[in-house]
Amino acid sequence: MTLAVFFGCAFIAFGPAFALFVFTVAKDPLRVIILIAGAFFWLLSLLLSSLVWFIAIKASNSQDLTLQRGLLIFGVFFSVLLQEVFRFAYYRLLRKATEGLAAISDDDGSAISVRQMAYVAGLGFGIMSGAFSMINILSDSLGPGTVGIFGDSQYYFIITALMTLALTLLHTFWGVLFFEGCEKSRWWVIAAVVSLHLLVAGLSLLNPLYEGSLPPVYGITLLMGVWAFFSSGGSLHSLNALCTRRKAEGESS
Amino acid sequence: VFDLSQHFLSVPPCLRSNDGTEVNRHTETTPSRNEVELNGQPPTARPPQVLTDSEEDEDEELTLKYGAKHVIMLFVPVTLCMVVVVATIKSVSFYTQKDGQQLIYTPFREDTETVGQRALNSMLNAFIMIGVILVMTLVLVVLYKYRCYKVIQAWLFFSNLLLLFFFSLIYLGEVFKTYNVAMDYFTLAVIIWNFGVVGMICIHWKGPLRLQQAYLIMISALMALVFIKYLPEWTAWLILAAISVYDLLAVLCPKGPLRILVETAQERNETIFPALIYSSTVVWLFNMADSAETGNNSSHPVPQQENQVAMAPTAQPEDDGGFTPAWVNQQQHQLGPMQSSEDSRREIQELPSARPPPVEDDEERGVKLGLGDFIFYSMLVGKASATASGDWNTTIACFVAILIGLCLTLLLLAIFKKALPALPISITFGLVFYFATDNLVRPFMDQLAVHQFYI
Repeated sequence: MTLAVFFGCAFIAFGPAFALFVFTVAKDPLRVIILIAGAFFWLLSLLLSSLVWFIAIKASNSQDLTLQRGLLIFGVFFSVLLQEVFRFAYYRLLRKATEGLAAISDDDGSAISVRQMAYVAGLGFGIMSGAFSMINILSDSLGPGTVGIFGDSQYYFIITALMTLALTLLHTFWGVLFFEGCEKSRWWVIAAVVSLHLLVAGLSLLNPLYEGSLPPVYGITLLMGVWAFFSSGGSLHSLNALCTRRKAEGESS
Repeated sequence: VFDLSQHFLSVPPCLRSNDGTEVNRHTETTPSRNEVELNGQPPTARPPQVLTDSEEDEDEELTLKYGAKHVIMLFVPVTLCMVVVVATIKSVSFYTQKDGQQLIYTPFREDTETVGQRALNSMLNAFIMIGVILVMTLVLVVLYKYRCYKVIQAWLFFSNLLLLFFFSLIYLGEVFKTYNVAMDYFTLAVIIWNFGVVGMICIHWKGPLRLQQAYLIMISALMALVFIKYLPEWTAWLILAAISVYDLLAVLCPKGPLRILVETAQERNETIFPALIYSSTVVWLFNMADSAETGNNSSHPVPQQENQVAMAPTAQPEDDGGFTPAWVNQQQHQLGPMQSSEDSRREIQELPSARPPPVEDDEERGVKLGLGDFIFYSMLVGKASATASGDWNTTIACFVAILIGLCLTLLLLAIFKKALPALPISITFGLVFYFATDNLVRPFMDQLAVHQFYI
């Protein structure tokens, strides 16, 4: 494990998120606040789900390994559900604060739109989720050691980085879709987001069979990306215009 | 090394506790003062409404408009300070080594046989520390009341001197030891001399804004590091909790040394300069002798500019016992919250007078934060990174919690338009998240990482 691994994994996992932050969020103070608040909400959901898992662990027999594993899986799914609940709670909070936020906005009259809030909130969830998954592992990768010395996979770090990246992007897309679904009261969208999140978490349970978890997760990420793009008002026309560098009138956030 | 403790005598730590309130106070500093001059009204009273309703609404809107920017203006320095502290804690082992030395303010030891004894000792330590802080505040109030400005100034100057030269010398020495850098005394002397002198000049007199801000952040980080090193475990956490409570009481209770300080300042119609203030903009102070002119400052006075008033103590970024926080606290408490003061400031500026046109520009509006806030926030995050077994997760969680607490404090300020302390909410969140993350989230995340499950 060397600096190369450290930097490589760090850039894989956090590169896109960092770029998104720098280019779209950092300039606007309101978006930064929404981002950090989103991270906070994710953290709260994690806290509560850890509490539940911890209680379950303490109440059970610590020697029974299958039970422990089962409880962990239960913890994973419960955490996913709680994250979505908190995403909904954050949506409600942001909706309530919209008028206040409109006043706080620096631009004359233009408040931050719900779509922008959705994107930033999703990014906040994603960054926090990525940070919690990855940073401890990154700091371990700086130290001495041999990966997979006990027969585990050698690709631990890189797979972790890739999964973290996927999850960060997924959270961003899910944020957009979720808020859009709530706005338009399309409950099937919300149900789809929740079930896809559960699916992704479930796929990760297949680790260390990486072939079973990573490609499908990336496939889902791509799908979500496309769906979020079209859901937030993008179109092939606007893409085309972007490519040919013409301004598209209908291009939205 | 016990000399270190002695030095603390000259650096009244009491301000730390009060500084928590400085956030809100500082944002009001100048406006508060203006309000004092124009209407010495009870705390929550708004300044006289000289404008019509529509103008009031507009002002309110304008006021709120700057809320988000101000929050970010506070986020950045607080984040920087925390980053410096965490980076130092992680790399320089000196600040996490317990070599048995403790501050004289925390005389009881924690390496006792029983848990009960340890708890008792740490509570006594915290109690003594808060007591010392309270006494220091009272001393400052007395000094101020009897117009011993020179004493206060000298005290602050000396504290600053100590921090900028002595503590940074130790810090640099430890950094060199960690990275095994060979350094001769001559070069070191030149470096420290330059660093210290430029720091003193920037902080006490004039200097580029960014440089001054950088020095204030460095000083706060140094103080936080000292606290992390010399306060034993349980004592440190108890002090953090106790200081939040003290801060809450100091700001919201009607009786207190801070209040006396502010009232005295009001009576004398002086501009007390709060030391220990981080300001995000430079203040253009015109003729300080003309008290009405202070209303001109659309941003808050920056330490170095305050020297025009002979009586006003120079702003010190140094830990100054109770003086600043006291004043600021009182100002805040009595004169209304940040937003309303900006409002009133605008109102005042609109009144016809012989004053030069105010520096009226959105970007000129600054925001201030007490260094005590920096110190305690960084101390919390630093301790989280030093002692938590959850390592980075705990650190990140505390960091986010503190930022959100700061955000909420500013939001509450906008809603209630009352003086509010900045420490309680952030420190409470920080403490809750520290213990929760360390004990609950860490095992969960560890298990997930081992199996590579993703949530």
